[in-house]
Amino acid sequence: MSVLNKHAILEKNATLLLVSSLVVVTIGGIVEIAPLFWLDNTIEKVEGMRPYSPLELAGRDIYIREGCYTCHSQMIRPFRDEVERYGHYSLAAESMYDHSFQWGSKRTGPDLARVGDRYSNEWHVQHLNDPRSVVPESIMPRYSFLATAPLNITDITMNLKANRAVGVPYTDEMLDNAVADLKAQADPNADTSGVEARYPKAKVGDFDGNPASLTEMDALVAYLQMLGTLVDFSTYDATTGYR
Amino acid sequence: MAEKHIDELSGVETTGHEWDGIRELNNPMPRWWLWTFYGTIVWGIAYMILYPAWPMVNEATKGVLGYSSRAELAGEMESARLAQGGIMEKISKVSLEEILADPQLAQFATAGGASAFRVNCVQCHGTGAVGSQGYPNLNDDEWLWGGDINAIYQTIAHGVRDTVDADTRISDMPAFMDILQPEEVRQVAAYVVSLSGTPRDASMIEPGKQLYADNCASCHGESAEGNRDLGAPNLADAIWLKAEGEAEIARQIQAPKHGVMPAWNARLSSETVKQLAVYVHSLGGGE
Repeated sequence: MSVLNKHAILEKNATLLLVSSLVVVTIGGIVEIAPLFWLDNTIEKVEGMRPYSPLELAGRDIYIREGCYTCHSQMIRPFRDEVERYGHYSLAAESMYDHSFQWGSKRTGPDLARVGDRYSNEWHVQHLNDPRSVVPESIMPRYSFLATAPLNITDITMNLKANRAVGVPYTDEMLDNAVADLKAQADPNADTSGVEARYPKAKVGDFDGNPASLTEMDALVAYLQMLGTLVDFSTYDATTGYR
Repeated sequence: MAEKHIDELSGVETTGHEWDGIRELNNPMPRWWLWTFYGTIVWGIAYMILYPAWPMVNEATKGVLGYSSRAELAGEMESARLAQGGIMEKISKVSLEEILADPQLAQFATAGGASAFRVNCVQCHGTGAVGSQGYPNLNDDEWLWGGDINAIYQTIAHGVRDTVDADTRISDMPAFMDILQPEEVRQVAAYVVSLSGTPRDASMIEPGKQLYADNCASCHGESAEGNRDLGAPNLADAIWLKAEGEAEIARQIQAPKHGVMPAWNARLSSETVKQLAVYVHSLGGGE
């Protein structure tokens, strides 16, 4: 039992105790966290995921700015009640281009991981303007100011570049066309072939019911309408994704 | 280290410190605490062996039990399916008319449709399917696209003006601001409200009636009874979806607002869409 009695040495030397604690925590961290960065099976292999289009990315920033994540999660857990209510459970692949992810842990409102395509654009605009006009029991605040707030697009190219710096595969072509793509996606009269080629499945057209101006409402609704719609689940082999 | 010092009263070794003549006994940890502590270590080792735990080079260790939360979910879904005793399979195979004809299937589908409706449909059509402006009431017998079970199924499955579904229902009323003069629009609006009992001057109704026959009757019908093949609403009753009152009707004639309903067959299983159709059909207006 002599080894077990040596703890007195650690306990009587504050610096040694501190350094030893650091060593223990570091080993634990390396073993638990580091392998996740290159484990092959961390992210499921599915078709369809792509970086956010510039308009969606701008909408995502508004989503974060307004703190939507404090009441809405974006993570359908693999439980029967969640899957039957919200749809297929979320995959790691679906948030691989999220910096930062919006999984959340608090559901005052419903989960939004698959809200895309679930309602019409008009519904989203009406609901953001006055949630209680469509869902009388809702306690969500109004976000009507989004419809009159012009979308700030001056930093969108830098935004894409920053995302590329942390690993999102934006190409030079995407960066060069960022501003044009952003405008085209929300303009019902624009040529959208470019934005649709670069960002497959992107929803195009006027989102906020006011084709004349590009507002924060356009961006937020474009982002919401994309959520959970990208992955082609016919390419997802559930059994290899068991974990 | 200081020399061992034994406390005289208790006979227990002290830690060796002394403050103003006070020493601290170096008692061992309580037995129950130590065994609990050792127990957690054993538990941890057993867990690592039984459950997925250690991240290795290509994947994490799977554990002897082969547990996975996603596999557990698949099993749970499967046992829920078995608990339904094959009714879901029957619903998926037989036609909608056969579901309605079979009391057991109809009861099951109505209950299942009601619960799917509360999850997916109430956000627009409202609790109890009463609708609101822009979102149709599903309890009445006014149907834009038809109220028989197959028409309801078609609308739910493929939606209305869905941007992706190729079989979606589409109707596109033109904006008459480019076709009619503002005064003519007011006359048509006056004629339209007169159809559902609002008294209006003959001076407005007569020219409105002529304009209606020339411009509107081809879709909305000679007597404004509507046309379900085109999704053109009945204008002779007092049920209004997009516009209520003469001024709003005039605006709708000039620049129509068009509602959108998403296609649900991509999101919900075909059995769920069938059950929804049966439920909506059962609400009172089903034909």
